[in-house]
Amino acid sequence: MSEPTEPRTTEPQRRLTRATTEPLWVRCVLIVVAMVFLGLFLFVPLAAVFAQALAKGVQAYLDSFRDAEALAAIRLTLITAAIAVPLNLIFGLSAAWAIAKFNFYGKNILITLIDLPFAISPVISGLIYVLMFGMRGWFGPWLAEHDIKIIFAVPGIVLATIFVTLPFVARELIPLMQAQGTEEEEAARVLGAGGWEMFRRVTLRNIKWGLLYGIILCNARAMGEFGAVSVVSGHVRGETNTMTLHVEILYNEYNFVAAFAVASLLSILALVTLAAKSFVEWKFRHELTADRAPSI
Amino acid sequence: MFLPLSGLFLKSASMTWPQFLQAVADPRVVASYRLSFGASFIGAGINAVFGFIVAWVLVRYSFPGKRLVDALVDLPFALPTAVSGIALTAIYSENGWIGRFLTGLGVKAAFSPFGVVIALTFIGLPFVVRTLQPALHDLEVEIEEAAASLGATRWQTFRRVIFPAILPTLLTGFALAFARALGEYGSVVFISGNIPMRTEIAPLLIIMKLEQYDYAGATAIAVVMLAASFVLLLIINLLQWWSGRYRTAAMT
Repeated sequence: MSEPTEPRTTEPQRRLTRATTEPLWVRCVLIVVAMVFLGLFLFVPLAAVFAQALAKGVQAYLDSFRDAEALAAIRLTLITAAIAVPLNLIFGLSAAWAIAKFNFYGKNILITLIDLPFAISPVISGLIYVLMFGMRGWFGPWLAEHDIKIIFAVPGIVLATIFVTLPFVARELIPLMQAQGTEEEEAARVLGAGGWEMFRRVTLRNIKWGLLYGIILCNARAMGEFGAVSVVSGHVRGETNTMTLHVEILYNEYNFVAAFAVASLLSILALVTLAAKSFVEWKFRHELTADRAPSI
Repeated sequence: MFLPLSGLFLKSASMTWPQFLQAVADPRVVASYRLSFGASFIGAGINAVFGFIVAWVLVRYSFPGKRLVDALVDLPFALPTAVSGIALTAIYSENGWIGRFLTGLGVKAAFSPFGVVIALTFIGLPFVVRTLQPALHDLEVEIEEAAASLGATRWQTFRRVIFPAILPTLLTGFALAFARALGEYGSVVFISGNIPMRTEIAPLLIIMKLEQYDYAGATAIAVVMLAASFVLLLIINLLQWWSGRYRTAAMT
């Protein structure tokens, strides 16, 4: 974000600058209003997480992580992200590749479909999987026969997470690869590069920062997803509880210090995500696409 | 991905129409729709006003700590919703940091519909700010200079020149925040208290029906929510087309 500078050179120019900004008191009032609003809705809740986690001292905070169920929840969250993020990386790359570099029938439908998980409620995303793989779902009886458990088990959690985080890598790469076109790849081909070499030395080099950006966001969501996972997990303690679900259970048991302790880990993850994201944006903004309007 | 979605509709299609209507017209379900739509609308409205101010301040002015504040605007995206939920409940409940003062004023924040609005405002904030920022950035200062040189006051310039140009983008941000709030679950269930008929949101009812193995009932509620999402998606696309046209018109 570049700051509007106020060049103070000649008298007419100064008057012009004044004409396109507000009087000082208006500026101050607006800044204060904006900060109070952000304070009430962003900064205070963030501070509250850490304050509540440390409410009974550092020792109580650290003890929360010695609990076997908390550790199991952390492990499950890490496993889920470790499966979901690479899969979505591969999917995102191939989808973006197909959309940006080739023309084919139904391309617009594919773009819309990729965005779909953003558009529907996470609860409905979870519901879809229950309807498909649950006991009374489409494949339910078949799965029960073969003794495969998806809903209320780890595979369901992984599937729901993959679904919810599906768009992140792809929607970051599509505009980027579309803007870059196919000329450089064609040049590489003409110069004798093979398919894989072309991909690795030209395409991947061009999109690496956009790719990293997508992975950062995808990972944050994979570890922090709650609604969709909550529907498919079944909340079996120590087995199908992710970190966010564990936070919910602890909180509902009025075990506030432990709940906020796990929440503080997730908050640190969120802050690291924001820092990494800002760093990539700031350092490589010219290599990312300019208009980053959010989507649901 | 397409298969699961069609499954959802087929499942609901296996219900008869009266069954579907009965599930959807249940007073408790209707109350949850009213709350979900109403609170989302109010939350998106609050964000449209204050998000506009935040975006304006971040694009137009410089002040210490601006870059940090700008990065933190995305916090509701990055923070897991369950964490936001318990954090908001902690500060807005009766003896929380802010709830204490509100209780003194006779306002009950947590465990009331107002609490739902607070959570949905939190969750929608980045949508308005991040949609507006690039648009405000692209506004050409020359037009404002022209307005000023033609004798317009700053307020007139804002009202007649800047605001109309930015309005489609603002509406897009509003619609995005509204759509997100409609489906939100994690940050709301803690602060709302889930009192039947009063503070139950529609996604919560879906989960409750599922826990009772009432798949048909859950699907019926979900189908109505899905339909609303698709209508909103359509509106958002139209708004984006409108604001895009505005911008290309400004460039030529």
